[in-house]
Amino acid sequence: MSASPAYSEEKGGSSSLGEPEYGHDPASGGIFSSDYKRHDDLKEMLDSNKDSLKLEAMKRIVAMIARGKNASDLFPAVVKNVACKNIEVKKLVYVYLVRYAEEQQDLALLSISTFQRGLKDPNQLIRASALRVLSSIRVPIIVPIMMLAIKEAASDMSPYVRKTAAHAIPKLYSLDSDQKDQLIEVIEKLLADKTTLVAGSVVMAFEEVCPERIDLIHKNYRKLCNLLIDVEEWGQVVIINMLTRYARTQFLSPNQNESLLEENPEKAFYGSDEEDSKDDKPDAASLVKRKPYVMDPDHRLLLRNTKPLLQSRNAAVVMAVAQLYFHLAPKAEVGVIAKALVRLLRSHSEVQWVVLQNVATMSIKRRGMFEPYLKSFYIRSTDPTQIKILKLEVLTNLANETNISTILREFQTYIRSMDKDFVAATIQAIGRCATNIGKVRDTCLNGLVQLLSNRDELVVAESVVVIKKLLQMQPSQHSEIIKHMAKLTDNIQVPMARASILWLIGEYCEHVPKIAPDVLRKMSKSFTGEEDIVKLQVINLAAKLYLTNSKQSKLLTQYVLNLAKYDQNYDIRDRARFIRQLIVPTEKSGALNKYAKKLFLAQKPAPILESSFKDRDHFQLGSLSHLLNAKAVGYQELPDWPDEAPDPSVRNVEVPEWTKCTSREKRKEKVEKPFYSDSEGESGPTESADSGAGPGRLCAGQQGGTAQPWQSFHGWRQVKKGKKKPPQDEGKGGSESSWEEGSVSESSSSESDSGSEAEESQSEPESKRRTTSWLSPVLNPLFPTCLCLTVTPVPPQPASSPAVVSTSLVTDLEGLTLTNASLAPTMLSPVFSTMKTYELLHRMAGEGLSVEYYFNRQPFPPDPHMVAVQIQFSNNTESEVKNLRVSEPKLVSGMRIQEFQEIESLAPGDTASVIMGIDFCDSTQAANFQLCTHSRQFYVSIQPPVGELMAPVFMSENEFKKEQSKLTGMSEITEKLTLLDKCQSDHTIVQRVTAAANVSRVPCGADNEYRFAAKTVTSGSLILITLEQKEAARAHLTVNSEKMVIGTMLVQDISQALAQ
Amino acid sequence: MIHSLFLINCSGDIFLEKHWKSVVSQSVCDYFFEAQEKAADVENVPPVISTPHHYLISIYREKIFFVSVIQTEVPPLFVIEFLHRVADTFQDYFGECSETAIKDNVVIVYELLEEMLDNGFPLATESNILKELIKPPTILRSVVNSITGSSNMGETLPTGQLSNIPWRKAVVKYTNNEAYFDVIEEIDAIIDKSGSTVFAEIQGVIDSCIKLSGMPDLSLSFMNPRLLDDVSFHPCIRFKRWESERVLSFIPPDGNFRLISYRVSSQNLVAIPVYVKHIISFKENSSSGRFDVTIGPKQNMGKTVEGVIVTVHMPKAVLNMNLTSTQGSYTFDPVLKVLTWDIGKISPQKLPNLKGIVNLQSGAPKPEENPSLNIQFKIQQLAISGLKVNRLDMFGEKYKPFKGVKYITKAGKFQVRT
Repeated sequence: MSASPAYSEEKGGSSSLGEPEYGHDPASGGIFSSDYKRHDDLKEMLDSNKDSLKLEAMKRIVAMIARGKNASDLFPAVVKNVACKNIEVKKLVYVYLVRYAEEQQDLALLSISTFQRGLKDPNQLIRASALRVLSSIRVPIIVPIMMLAIKEAASDMSPYVRKTAAHAIPKLYSLDSDQKDQLIEVIEKLLADKTTLVAGSVVMAFEEVCPERIDLIHKNYRKLCNLLIDVEEWGQVVIINMLTRYARTQFLSPNQNESLLEENPEKAFYGSDEEDSKDDKPDAASLVKRKPYVMDPDHRLLLRNTKPLLQSRNAAVVMAVAQLYFHLAPKAEVGVIAKALVRLLRSHSEVQWVVLQNVATMSIKRRGMFEPYLKSFYIRSTDPTQIKILKLEVLTNLANETNISTILREFQTYIRSMDKDFVAATIQAIGRCATNIGKVRDTCLNGLVQLLSNRDELVVAESVVVIKKLLQMQPSQHSEIIKHMAKLTDNIQVPMARASILWLIGEYCEHVPKIAPDVLRKMSKSFTGEEDIVKLQVINLAAKLYLTNSKQSKLLTQYVLNLAKYDQNYDIRDRARFIRQLIVPTEKSGALNKYAKKLFLAQKPAPILESSFKDRDHFQLGSLSHLLNAKAVGYQELPDWPDEAPDPSVRNVEVPEWTKCTSREKRKEKVEKPFYSDSEGESGPTESADSGAGPGRLCAGQQGGTAQPWQSFHGWRQVKKGKKKPPQDEGKGGSESSWEEGSVSESSSSESDSGSEAEESQSEPESKRRTTSWLSPVLNPLFPTCLCLTVTPVPPQPASSPAVVSTSLVTDLEGLTLTNASLAPTMLSPVFSTMKTYELLHRMAGEGLSVEYYFNRQPFPPDPHMVAVQIQFSNNTESEVKNLRVSEPKLVSGMRIQEFQEIESLAPGDTASVIMGIDFCDSTQAANFQLCTHSRQFYVSIQPPVGELMAPVFMSENEFKKEQSKLTGMSEITEKLTLLDKCQSDHTIVQRVTAAANVSRVPCGADNEYRFAAKTVTSGSLILITLEQKEAARAHLTVNSEKMVIGTMLVQDISQALAQ
Repeated sequence: MIHSLFLINCSGDIFLEKHWKSVVSQSVCDYFFEAQEKAADVENVPPVISTPHHYLISIYREKIFFVSVIQTEVPPLFVIEFLHRVADTFQDYFGECSETAIKDNVVIVYELLEEMLDNGFPLATESNILKELIKPPTILRSVVNSITGSSNMGETLPTGQLSNIPWRKAVVKYTNNEAYFDVIEEIDAIIDKSGSTVFAEIQGVIDSCIKLSGMPDLSLSFMNPRLLDDVSFHPCIRFKRWESERVLSFIPPDGNFRLISYRVSSQNLVAIPVYVKHIISFKENSSSGRFDVTIGPKQNMGKTVEGVIVTVHMPKAVLNMNLTSTQGSYTFDPVLKVLTWDIGKISPQKLPNLKGIVNLQSGAPKPEENPSLNIQFKIQQLAISGLKVNRLDMFGEKYKPFKGVKYITKAGKFQVRT
């Protein structure tokens, strides 16, 4: 530590000289060599075994990176520390790695295995951060590893890891866009996620990878609307923008009837909104034939659920909602956004700038909306000019006959401002008000004429330009003004203004017959010294005068044309030649001569002064493209409303959940709930109960039996893939593909084929019910093995999440690790067990309410020491059952219950499924508790079969033997039994055993031996089962376990199962 | 989304850069410098600049430009709001968001930026979560760190990120449990020459400092909630509860935060607590002018108006000013042409007055416009709108907290045109 001041001094010294780039020239000596030495110091520090030195070195390296200096030559020294124990050093190494990995790809690969290990960590935060860094390393070679990691993380139990997976998707996509199809699958799966944490990130990924796949949104539309308020603010912005686009493709325009009005902007501009609505009636009458418009309830849902977000403290969210309303809401409802937008004007000036641009666009289309807030757009002298000009734009857009006098009075103050750019803009604005509102045209004109005597030339010049435009509208009445302006030519020097005056005199020379030739005389005198635009107008004036008053101006014109003939500017020479041919009759000049007068003095239409913000609303408001008024890269066009509404039923979610009530009001209640209920739900367990493995997911699996409608809907999938399970299950995507792959490898063994056929032949609903649960553990044992190929070995873990293995890997596996081909299929079989259902409450005893439960053999995420119990309620009564919950558990000491979330109501005929966790303390004693409804209480108890008190463990044959050798003597229970004929086959035996207990099969070399392993859920003690087949249908069953009671009971259960 | 961030000081040095995707060369900032040159002053640099390959979105805070590089379509406000959030976080961590503070803490800054964005998309912006990840530097800690060799990184993994109320830490403990609320109202007004109000409205905020143990659930109610015309909330507030009962119900973040900001509708008559009498005139064809300003209290509900400061941006032609004040002191900056008159408290008996001669550049034309007066003031213990907190209830915890509410009225953008 004592060295550090010296280092920093040195660093300071060289950075004041400044120059990291010298350091890269090896030929340089002297002072530069010290720079080299400095890096050597850093390397030394990094190599030391003191964390504090490493930290100091990393801090200095990061400081170099921060200042944009090159530190890439330290790469090898830094990467070595990637596995450092000190968390800060580690993080700084990550920072470094992500910055330079792209440049040093080969070396970067050295660090990959660290992250792969991190991906397997039991702590969700470490898994997430490993994925985050891994996916940030932009090295194309690791694309397959990233893909694998993302797929796996997408079905992680922890929503935070899933969120990180969503973040990683665009990273991978930008690295290798060929992965798009696979990534879309992951996105699809994550879109179905029900947690707020994931929603924002996955929609962001959707927008970056496949914004065109709007069909992926259908099923999730309602969920996204409902979750919206609880999503973090940045996610809200992305979701709202995406839903705006979605709604434009799926719903009908709510303003159909008014659309005709909007085609007539002139009228809309003059009339206020109230008038518009009156005008509605005749138009509406003409539209009677059209189908009356009824808003789609989903459209309404979106509008209703976004409205509260107008109150967000985040300007981006407010703007997003505002644009949603502007583009989607019926005209009458758009008004609500004005207030919120005006509030944003108090914010930072950058926010003001953006908001004002959007308000400017909106105020053209929907003026009435901002009228009440007119004064909020008044300008202060302290506003920056760019804000002033935008406010002016809005004020001008808002001007109408009723408020024009106030606005003009305000403008008068502005004209005296010291900020000249602003004054010029004000004059333009007055001009626009004058053209748009006939009533005040004269007032404005007079005001502007007064400005002509302003001392500031810019003001005068701008006024001239504006007056010119105004005069074009009704020149005859204003010859006085033209005369006045003619006089100005003596003084005013701004070229644009001089040109405007000359044009004006030329155009209306008939109104000022005396003055015009004189002006030409003066101008021809000064012609050579004028600016080009002025010269052009002098030529113009000369030509026009020649045509109307050739007597007085013939010589002058020729003089001007002669001067112009030798001008330096070729435009002017061209023009002079052209005009001479046109107006001066000669023998050669053709037919055009006759029409010269018509050509020059044709009636010209008055210019229309309109806002530069007109028609900008074809860009989605609030977008970058709108701001730039040009399509930005990656901008998604806002589609027009469809003429016919697409089928709204695509948004129906087929599998009903108990949380989703049928009636719309109920659903709304559900939306609000998380917002209210956060008080009770802050702790970890509730959060993770919300995670994929929570009620939602299990519901989907459980309801397989009742999901007949789903079947028909997804029929095509089933046809294609054979056996399948409900797609609503969020954890399914991964396991689904893995299952397919599983079957690929399986096909090598005929035995297992027959097994899976047997499985198929079972009744459809039942197999469905099981699918979710059996798939996930199935591949898990396989997974760590395949990791061995690519990564360092990972210790076996209890089944936690469904794993994903790419086909190629599986094939590799077959060749490499799993030499015994029959092993892969047999490993899959253990979980082919039927979930046995137990009755908790009979429908007679429960007065119509029947409750069943089974052990789904899934890990219970909030607490790994609990056994997950899936409970299914069905309401057979005529009325609703409300407030279903657990109360007053009477438990043996040590036993614990994690109650399921209260079911608010259960409609007649409905079923609902929840999951609760019970810690049985590795005993088979029953858990007693009360099941309460709003009216009744039932005493119930759950007694677990001993086989359910354990969770499968994967281990290798050697490990099994090693563990077994430790558990001999007292811990070993053996029984002899006789196997029945039908129980002879491998498959049946394995099936029987796994049905009786939640165990996983351990590979075994011998043909006549079967091994299974598991751990008790509470204490984690190992349970090892060996079944040895002897000759003549006899067998030895051995159970090794510390827990003798469990061992004994297990032996009984298994032998019973095999004897049946 | 956000590709890179450059921090640039007023003299155009890029003193920090951070990239979240591939590295973007510093030269992209040349476009920004170009725009900056064109804009004459810093306020007028357009926040969004389009360059051939990138878009630059920038904010200006505390003499630093935060310039972000964007490559594809993204809502500009999204980026602007985020950049302000970054600046706020620096302020929060280092007490100030200045170039020196950032340079001194460059590693922490870098760590913060790393956590706040992932691949250009905001990840953790709640100060609570960030502080769990990266502890803010304090003198004590830096001493301890240098001795023990421990770090600023949180040792424990942040669980806040996983919670569904990310704004609050899980385990909070205080010996003294306190909850303070500051109701701060600012009057935005434009007063015209004759003293009549062109435009006035009240912008209010409630800033809270909550140091409560555990997981308290608070509800704050007002005597007259209908006054609040337009409200924006901290995400902790339950919106439905406000909609239905007009009660602010929330689980507070730990420490200082802004609970709500609100606007009292401009339809209501706004009391203007001060008036100004002014004569500012420039004589034609002479190089001097007259300046005479008196300020007095009006409609101040019997409270004293204090901290009064008048700022005037004089026309460019003004050379210097010879003034005498009956109270307070004045300064005139001849470069920026800004007159500042620091008055302090206004006593109704003797009204503060500042008068004298304005010297103009000889030969310069008479200034067109009279400058407008910007006034700052403060009134303690008064919410000018009349808003009153009724009560604060706490649920979910057993102890009794100490509660306090303070009211204060300030001038916001208060301008008198002359």
